[in-house]
Amino acid sequence: MTDNMENTSPLEDQEKIGVYVCHCGTNIAGVVDVVQVAEWAAKQLKHRGVVIAREYKFMCSSPGQDLIEKDIKELGLNRVIVAACSPHLHEKTFRTACANAGLNPYLCEMVSIREQVSWVHTDKVAATEKAKAAISGGVERVRHHVPLQPIVVPINPATLVVGGGIAGIQSALEIADAGFHVYLVEREPSIGGHMAQFDKTFPTLDCSACILTPKMNSVGTHPNITLLTWSEVEKVDGYVGNFTVTVRKKARKVDEELCTGCGICQEKCPRKVIDYEFEAGLGYRKAIYTPSPQAVPNRPVLDVANCTYYEKGTCKACEIFCAPKAIRFDQQDQILTLNVGNIILATGYELFDARRIPNYGYGRLPNVFTSLEIERLTNAAGPTNGNVVLRDGKTAPKSVGIIHCVGSRDKNYNNYCSVICCMQSLKFAHLVHERTGATVYNFYIDIRAAFKDYDEFYQRVLEEGTMFVRGKVAEVTDVPRTENEKGKLIIQVEDTLVGKQRRIPVDMVILSAGLEPRKDSKEVAKTFGISCSVNGWYIEKHPKLDPIATMTEGIFIAGCAQGPKDIPASVAQGAAAAARVLGRIEQKEMALEPVRASVIEEKCSGCRICNGLCPFNAITFHADRMVTEINPALCQGCGTCVAACPAGAITGTGFSNDQIMAQIEGLLMLNIEPEPAAV
Amino acid sequence: MTETFEPVIIGFTCNWCSYRAADLAGTARIKYPPNVRLIRLMCSGRLDPAFVFKALANGADGVMITGCHPGECHYIEQNYKALRRFQLMRRTLEGFGIEPGRLRLVWASAAEGARFASEVSSFIEEVRALGPLHWGRNNNIPLITDATILQNEEVPA
Repeated sequence: MTDNMENTSPLEDQEKIGVYVCHCGTNIAGVVDVVQVAEWAAKQLKHRGVVIAREYKFMCSSPGQDLIEKDIKELGLNRVIVAACSPHLHEKTFRTACANAGLNPYLCEMVSIREQVSWVHTDKVAATEKAKAAISGGVERVRHHVPLQPIVVPINPATLVVGGGIAGIQSALEIADAGFHVYLVEREPSIGGHMAQFDKTFPTLDCSACILTPKMNSVGTHPNITLLTWSEVEKVDGYVGNFTVTVRKKARKVDEELCTGCGICQEKCPRKVIDYEFEAGLGYRKAIYTPSPQAVPNRPVLDVANCTYYEKGTCKACEIFCAPKAIRFDQQDQILTLNVGNIILATGYELFDARRIPNYGYGRLPNVFTSLEIERLTNAAGPTNGNVVLRDGKTAPKSVGIIHCVGSRDKNYNNYCSVICCMQSLKFAHLVHERTGATVYNFYIDIRAAFKDYDEFYQRVLEEGTMFVRGKVAEVTDVPRTENEKGKLIIQVEDTLVGKQRRIPVDMVILSAGLEPRKDSKEVAKTFGISCSVNGWYIEKHPKLDPIATMTEGIFIAGCAQGPKDIPASVAQGAAAAARVLGRIEQKEMALEPVRASVIEEKCSGCRICNGLCPFNAITFHADRMVTEINPALCQGCGTCVAACPAGAITGTGFSNDQIMAQIEGLLMLNIEPEPAAV
Repeated sequence: MTETFEPVIIGFTCNWCSYRAADLAGTARIKYPPNVRLIRLMCSGRLDPAFVFKALANGADGVMITGCHPGECHYIEQNYKALRRFQLMRRTLEGFGIEPGRLRLVWASAAEGARFASEVSSFIEEVRALGPLHWGRNNNIPLITDATILQNEEVPA
């Protein structure tokens, strides 16, 4: 079994491999006998090209790196194995060290003996043996490494921001203010997102519109921002630095250049439509409308599905009264092509549909409201001018129950915490009490008021006399059992602090609904080629150290698209994503990992098995020469075609068949001189 | 012999999910038996069936293929190709007279360190129950050499 080793190793005589085993303090050395491992490698792997094996307390420290650099220079090492932590942590460190000493960085290979050995195993002898096997695998693999050059791509300075909520607005402004062009694509007729619908923002009770509209206006008037509202991204081609994005600009039926935003069309339109989008179904809009008076751009959209002209062929009230003659009934969707270098996705969230919990009665019991409805009710610009009233439109509630965690922290719906609902509920408690003087009950599982000034706000609401009942509400019902429950909504709850069931009659129930990913987030993830969790939140590159980047180079995420978060966090992420993009733009070019597949034409039989396997369209077939070619710019390096090629004509740099095969042999310790008693 | 038998498992991991799950298991200090030795690939779609047969033919008692959950592949859909190959490989193993249970496919996202560790542990126990493979040393099973795998000559189907 060992005799085939020689065949697969082209550099037998020239190899000089250095093996460096890290103690990582006691992180590794506490479980793995690193001294023994280094001695073993120097002795047992000598015939495989290992000329030196050292152990050191912290290989990643400067003296540790110096050790490697010195050996490369003095011993003429041409391959380096570092047995330490995960390559995701320090591969760059050691590659840089090798490069500093004049060795091609891709001739350095890391072996994880911390995350994969010392941290997960307790048996010291077995762990030491496993570390040896891992190093043996690494040594065999690195013998087949070849010097590689990173792929350098130029960065187009223009950026695409998808989603015009607060996160996207922040990203767009940061980049535009730095002097680079931004295309901001928003699906709705206006930017502003959910924040534009809110009344007050916790914990300071700033007026949401007062702090948001200046930013919206800056976006609308910024010379470096091309604002594309009522538009959606249909297709993304290309790669970091050079994306080609296809955007559908839906027909507004209004000439945006001629329109002055005077609003006469909205005034004269005879058709009233229930406004589900902006007013959460509590108010009306016209068939030609802007979501709000503060809309940016202040240009209306004609809702074709509800327009009398499109139904009956007559009306045209809007056209008749429009002074600048901006109405265009024949306007068609436009397809725009944008060239950008980086993309920021800030597509936000959707509110959990409270109808999915039938025992809470939303949609069946009229005086059960969702959090978004209350935002509109408390909003001075809302359908009731800021009066908190019952569904009849006039009665102020005398008692209100706010149910937390609706659709969140519930294994029947979503396991996760929606982060904002506690603070939002406290805000409602304050606002409702302030506006109506009603007694307010909060039904909570835990109060999560972390972050700056949040707990202080909770204390304030407590002092205002709001009742807090700890327990998950079982049911909201309108069936009374006693006289004082008549005509009320009764909240049935187990008060877990008192340890008994309670029935609390109230006039109004507010469901603090959780946040959910956009319904189409998975399709959008597919369009942009990023990963998406089972729930539908976009997956960041690293949950702690890189929450902005995605695994796809050049595509960043910000705001609630990544997971539930509040406004300050969304703004911070928007700005962080912009900073990342600006760094890229300033670099003007970036180096990509040279992990790519390529076809050896002489070996390609033209069978075309690989042709259908590439989701990035990197594979093209030349019918004239009967060979397949892989475009290295489009190839992402997954290697599926390499594995599929029956002729072995496709090679994957960095992960070649030779490398993997050799690593398998190494891991199985086939390279060790067999001891006489072993067989 | 079986009482002291410690199976050797080769695990193939995806750079983007299961390798990171293994990292996370480490960071979270979740323990699992040391019988598994991991190889990092860029994607489970990179898994050439030859790797599996090579490992089994050269002393591994079991092989674990790990990748991103369906729909979460970093390369969009390449884990489905791994799934297809997995089914074929299990059938091929059966043809060789080898228990298909020596090959396991596990989906593990980068956040599922605990799941990764528990899947590894349970697979090790399954392979331990199957006993040593000794492919190549056992005359009843045809020997695959590297030459047959790499040059694709007479790959038994």
